[in-house]
Amino acid sequence: MKNERKRTFLLITVPILALFVCFNTIPLIRGVIYSFTNFKGFGSYDWVGFRNYIDLFSDARVGKSYLFTFKLAIVSTIVTNVTALLLALALNSKIRAKSFFRGAYFLPNILGALVVGYIFNYFFTYILPALASMIGVESLKSSILSDPGSAWFGIMIVCAWQAIAMNTIIYISGLQTVPEDVYEAGGLDGATGWKQFKHLTFPLIIPFFSINMVLCVKNFLMVFDQIMALTKGGPAQSTESISYLIYNNGMSGGQFGFQSANAVVFFIVIVCVSVAQMKFSGKKEEQL
Amino acid sequence: MITKKTNHAAMILLILGLSTIVFPLYLTLVIAFKQPTEMTNSISGILSLPKVWSLDNFREAMRVTDFWNSLRNSLVITLAAVGLSIGIHSIMGYALGRNKADSKFYSFVYLFIVSGMFVPFAILMMPLAKQTAELGLANWFGVIILYVVFYMPMNILLYSGYLVNIPMALEEAAKVDGASTWTTYWKIIFPIMRPMHATVAVLTALAVWNDVMTPLVILAGSGQNTLPLAQLNFQTQFGTNYNLAFASYLLSLIPILIFYVICQKQILNGVVNGAVK
Repeated sequence: MKNERKRTFLLITVPILALFVCFNTIPLIRGVIYSFTNFKGFGSYDWVGFRNYIDLFSDARVGKSYLFTFKLAIVSTIVTNVTALLLALALNSKIRAKSFFRGAYFLPNILGALVVGYIFNYFFTYILPALASMIGVESLKSSILSDPGSAWFGIMIVCAWQAIAMNTIIYISGLQTVPEDVYEAGGLDGATGWKQFKHLTFPLIIPFFSINMVLCVKNFLMVFDQIMALTKGGPAQSTESISYLIYNNGMSGGQFGFQSANAVVFFIVIVCVSVAQMKFSGKKEEQL
Repeated sequence: MITKKTNHAAMILLILGLSTIVFPLYLTLVIAFKQPTEMTNSISGILSLPKVWSLDNFREAMRVTDFWNSLRNSLVITLAAVGLSIGIHSIMGYALGRNKADSKFYSFVYLFIVSGMFVPFAILMMPLAKQTAELGLANWFGVIILYVVFYMPMNILLYSGYLVNIPMALEEAAKVDGASTWTTYWKIIFPIMRPMHATVAVLTALAVWNDVMTPLVILAGSGQNTLPLAQLNFQTQFGTNYNLAFASYLLSLIPILIFYVICQKQILNGVVNGAVK
């Protein structure tokens, strides 16, 4: 009887594990192996040792893509979380048609990022400049996506527009865990408005804040669809995210080996950021 | 604070804020129905309602982007990925969840798979493009297998987390009756995990339906498209005919919008459960 159970579990686990290894672990290992070669994606290749990694750190384009991706991720995370928290507070207060509003505000999240990107691309290219010239704002008369200095801002808006929907829902479920009597007790001690939020509400929803931070940073660091739809990395390579650069130069640019090295570094960066975030939020929760 | 009165300030802000969501959708709708000649460079030209509500743009967009084939591919891939995820991930979550506490092997396998969550697609992309081509899997079937693998870490984490709440006594009772572990699972445990199946289905379906990167890398050159991929691949054919492009965008958004309207509650619950657990 006991053996039957053991055998069944083993028969379940081994094939599924094999599937996982085959399409996750093996490609991962192959990626690491390619990173030590000068493979172009076709034909023969040679071992080049750490050459790709050394080149990576002196490559201006790669450096620029890391700077851009982190700038985008940090600003988007802040914008998304501040807006989502405000929205969640409003959606959790005594309002009418609550479920309608919640449903409507979640809508951006279910739409595909690529198509959303195309719609906003049109908005930034035609609508915004037309609006600007109508009300006479000189600086916005040309598309913000065609200026290397401001294109990232357009991408940030689109990333935030979708992510806010997700984060708001998570904050709402956090706010619902705060019992009403906490506010009543706080109210007696004079905690209202900002004070109430800072000392009562926010500390109680920190776990949800952590979830949102982890979700946001990870998703924004891997940004791809929005870049594809809005700028394709331009203008002047100012909006190339790491994923986009790996895709673009690795798949069709003949840099298979070199971009594999980039991908390995990117993987290590993602792991470090995630572990750091988890450690940090773990500490914060303990303090309470 | 304890007033039961409607919070009017919040209401006003929420109604104003709603315009940021309604406006892009309104934009898509009116441009999709208009003719290029109606599109002047002024704001009113772009944003006014179309003179005639004609479906011509949609007919043309369907023809140009091979809409029905893309839709069929998207539906097949999503349904298969969701179905296989529920079947495979739940039983794997069960096997690992029940054994990881007192077996080093199972707890290693669990950690090994769950840590797959940290692997970005960017590093798998190039080797997978090679590997699927070598195995003859550079088609929709290969894409389905990849999704089952990609969402395995997250879903196993969810399933084995949920399993903690299901008492062992249920299985032991079935065992006394002589049922095998396999039958016990499908007859007793699988139905009990229904709330988690809903969560997994919603999360997997949304992620798969909207994904661009996997089909982009795997289906490149195969002539097959998913709905989002078709928008990307036919972008050049739309040219400056934005009306045609927007008709196509709208067509690609309609299925998920319908799904959302019908299952809004399940989707919201699923997304929250998945994120919070």
